Amino acid sequence: MYAQMVDTGSPSATSLDEREARFQSRIDDGIRVEPQDWMPDRYRKTLIRQISQHAHSEIVGQLPEGNWITRAPSLKRKAILLAKVQDEAGHGLYLYSAAETLGITRDQMVDDLHTGKAKYSSIFNYPTLTWADVGAIGWLVDGSAIMNQIPLCRCSYGPYARAMIRVCKEEAFHMRQGYDIMLALCAGTPEQKAMAQDALNRWWWPSLMMFGPPDGDSVHSAQSQAWKIKLFTNDELRQKMVDQTVPQAEHLGLVVPDPAVKWNAERGHYDYGDIDWEEFYNVVKGNGPCNRERLEVRNKAWTDGEWFRDALVAHADKQAQRLTAQAA
Amino acid sequence: MKNQWPLWEVFIRSQHGLAHRHVGSLHAPDATMALNNARDVYTRRNEGVSIWVVKSTDITASHPDDKAELFDPANSKVYRHPTFFPMPEEVKGL
Repeated sequence: MYAQMVDTGSPSATSLDEREARFQSRIDDGIRVEPQDWMPDRYRKTLIRQISQHAHSEIVGQLPEGNWITRAPSLKRKAILLAKVQDEAGHGLYLYSAAETLGITRDQMVDDLHTGKAKYSSIFNYPTLTWADVGAIGWLVDGSAIMNQIPLCRCSYGPYARAMIRVCKEEAFHMRQGYDIMLALCAGTPEQKAMAQDALNRWWWPSLMMFGPPDGDSVHSAQSQAWKIKLFTNDELRQKMVDQTVPQAEHLGLVVPDPAVKWNAERGHYDYGDIDWEEFYNVVKGNGPCNRERLEVRNKAWTDGEWFRDALVAHADKQAQRLTAQAA
Repeated sequence: MKNQWPLWEVFIRSQHGLAHRHVGSLHAPDATMALNNARDVYTRRNEGVSIWVVKSTDITASHPDDKAELFDPANSKVYRHPTFFPMPEEVKGL
């Protein structure tokens, strides 16, 4: 169960080092950590940061696509996009629940997001300018997300791993619907195909940045790998993404916007060019094209819904009072 | 930030006549809303034919520290499994 009473104290006399050693050996043996088990404080904190950031990304990720629900080119596409955006909300909820098992409250997380204290994936700070962007997001952004998330289905923390299994199943639909949009555009008029190429040009690099800084600059990697809450390095996953995506682009008749992309038979991988990390850090710092707008929209939705949430609580309270009165 | 909605655990019975199974949790102000939300969050793809929601605070759970005491005694009672008893091969129906 997803219990909230997480015990951080140490009732036994065993030393912290001994407990940590036992904790690590359980992880090495592939035994899942569950909410009520003892865990090192840093493990708890790292997971809270990782899972809540992930949840925030799902929630904010609704915004760039939500932008196109009313303008989808057909009723079918609109229904599909609605379902996808609804899934993203669901993913956020699964993940918030998993984070709460570590002792942080939902209100705290929502507050951290709305005040700008918490981070979310920087990819969602780029605008969706055309319908092709909805295709490119499903294909590339959800593609990168799946690449990142499939290993997490086997991560050491039980509630997180279980949430990721559900998320991955649903993300597969997201990626395919995106590629399906790209297929349709690329089989269309020259203008439609140009629109698809333009979307690929703008989303390619940000999608590769989603895996995070290069391994040499990644601060938390080694410890997270030992704890099995990160199973591959950023660069390993990024390479997988490039290897998977280049042939998919070729099938569409599109060109990846990187002249350095070339098959390297010796490595058995595609080579690719240098990533502009300055851009990445700039967007993370809050200076991306849409950072401010995303937070404004989130805050507005939260504030506009306040009367409704309050009404639900008032109704629940009244019903509970009636029940007590009847029982008395 | 006041008044955080209570947490509910969600159990779903899948299509095939199996028992309700825990699938996750959610916040809702009351049981009716918890059911409504559970339907949206956990059954978007025909995952179930029935939903239970239970307030998390109403669940009593065993403590991880009691694991050995609770479950180890069963280890030494292998005779509870039918395979413990070697049976003559020529005798049928056992």
